[in-house]
Amino acid sequence: MNMDTNAIYVLWLRDVKRFVRAKSRVIGTLMFPLFFMVGFGLGFNNLVHIGNSSYLEYLVPGVIGMSLLFTAIASGTAVLWDRQFGFLKEILVTPNSRTAVVIGRVAGGATTAVLQSILVVAIAIPLGFTLSSNASLLIAVLFMLLIATTFISLGLIFGSVINDFQGFQLITSFFTFPLFFLSNAIFPMSGMPAIVQYLSYVNPLTYGVDGLRGALTGSASMPLVLDAAVLLVASAIMILIAAYAFEKTEVG
Amino acid sequence: MSDMIEVNKLRREFGTLKAVDGISFKVKEGEIFGLLGPNGAGKTTTIKMLTTILPPTSGNAKVAGFDIKKDQNSVRRSIGIIFQDPSLDEELTGRENLEFHAILYKMGDEQRTEKINSVLKLVELEDKADVLVKNYSGGMKRRLEIGRGLLHEPKVLFLDEPTIGLDPQTRRHMWNYIQKLNAMHNVTLILTTHYIEEADFLCNRVAFVDHGKIVALGTPTELKNTLGGDVVSVKTENSDLLEKGLSGKGWIHHMKKHDGFIDLSVKEGEKKIPEVVMIAQNVNAEIESISLHKPSLEDVFLHYTGKTIREEEGSWKDTMRSRIVRRNR
Repeated sequence: MNMDTNAIYVLWLRDVKRFVRAKSRVIGTLMFPLFFMVGFGLGFNNLVHIGNSSYLEYLVPGVIGMSLLFTAIASGTAVLWDRQFGFLKEILVTPNSRTAVVIGRVAGGATTAVLQSILVVAIAIPLGFTLSSNASLLIAVLFMLLIATTFISLGLIFGSVINDFQGFQLITSFFTFPLFFLSNAIFPMSGMPAIVQYLSYVNPLTYGVDGLRGALTGSASMPLVLDAAVLLVASAIMILIAAYAFEKTEVG
Repeated sequence: MSDMIEVNKLRREFGTLKAVDGISFKVKEGEIFGLLGPNGAGKTTTIKMLTTILPPTSGNAKVAGFDIKKDQNSVRRSIGIIFQDPSLDEELTGRENLEFHAILYKMGDEQRTEKINSVLKLVELEDKADVLVKNYSGGMKRRLEIGRGLLHEPKVLFLDEPTIGLDPQTRRHMWNYIQKLNAMHNVTLILTTHYIEEADFLCNRVAFVDHGKIVALGTPTELKNTLGGDVVSVKTENSDLLEKGLSGKGWIHHMKKHDGFIDLSVKEGEKKIPEVVMIAQNVNAEIESISLHKPSLEDVFLHYTGKTIREEEGSWKDTMRSRIVRRNR
């Protein structure tokens, strides 16, 4: 694999600059998690307890997982935009490998997705969410990175294969919602039929949400090392597929 | 002077469509070379293959001495491109677009700042450098793209329809830039255009491209001389009659009939007009108008393809329109 650090750096910097400049967009993407936490979290908080935790404690890591999933997959649209507006061509005629372009994209997208998730944690605290310890946030950031990497790669795969916006929307939501519902993000899978539970075990987001829950609240249902290992493997596989798909994509 | 570009029987097919149908040509170092033809003739596809964006179906080419199939990265290092469609990041400033480009070409920090400033000066965007590109006018964006294409000092600069969508005044400006940078940096320029005047004004040599093939190639003067003199253009409703009357006349080099006109290539056209009028009277063809002009590249294009570029344009728009309709269905 040919590593072009310059290309990786530029694409990362581009995403970060755009993120910092688009304040309204950042606020917009925080609204959805906020509604979830206020609507479901506070709404069910007095009615529902899951294990030893209050519903809000259960939900917040799930909402973080959700916002990571949605923003990550949507980042595949960036490929479509760049294709549409020709910037993709400008990158691809430079003497840099396409793998470097994929890594740069993932790095940039993961950075902004993690920043956004930290903001979600910051919003959750005044709602009554308590961190188990300050150091736990660091472990949570690691899980955020892994989740973001996995699903940004998935978004890039879709972006490389699908050429039009409508098709992209249709197909990604076909994938996104099952991934979300089958991840323990808003309710535990334990009460579901066996087949649904099995499906949740092949969903990388299940391990991501569990890891976040373990890191932030200390109540994971699986060992954190297992969660991290599964996600690590999943993200590596997804990056490789994304690099392959991007290698094959033709620029109009 | 050595050859900067060597194209050998290059071909690209999209399904059954032969977009580029086996073209060959050479471009010398420091030359301004033009590919002139209607939209859809295969010019952009040719450029895409030469710039390694699109692999050829068959045939090969060398750019700056490097094989476009085997040595893509060396080709990419030696070339700059100004694409037909805009390719800037609109959410970045002009300077940032240039900086990113410089980093992608692995330019060092010092060299980078220096080159960016000199390029900004060249395209007269110094005072707008730190404005977001989405607030630029069309001409400013185009200038920034030209500056960006030059930033890493390419040996060959490709310009795909460099002035498409620009108003005539900005187009003139752009021509001046292009000439200036060719003279100052001795960069080899290869440009595609469907504007006759652009090819005529800018290019040292021009290749006519039609239906994926090169139908004629030469300096603008050479090409015009192939018609052998002036063009007398006769408008008549009985063009068949007139054609019959004129056929076999030794002083007519070429005769071409197109949408109600008969174009004659003749030496000393002004002296031949009376004769044309006489012949028209003899065959009972009513002349609506008659005009005389020095041949333009448009006349030469008509001579080789049987169509003017504008006519082809029309049919191209129709195909595109039906294609768009199909896509939205």
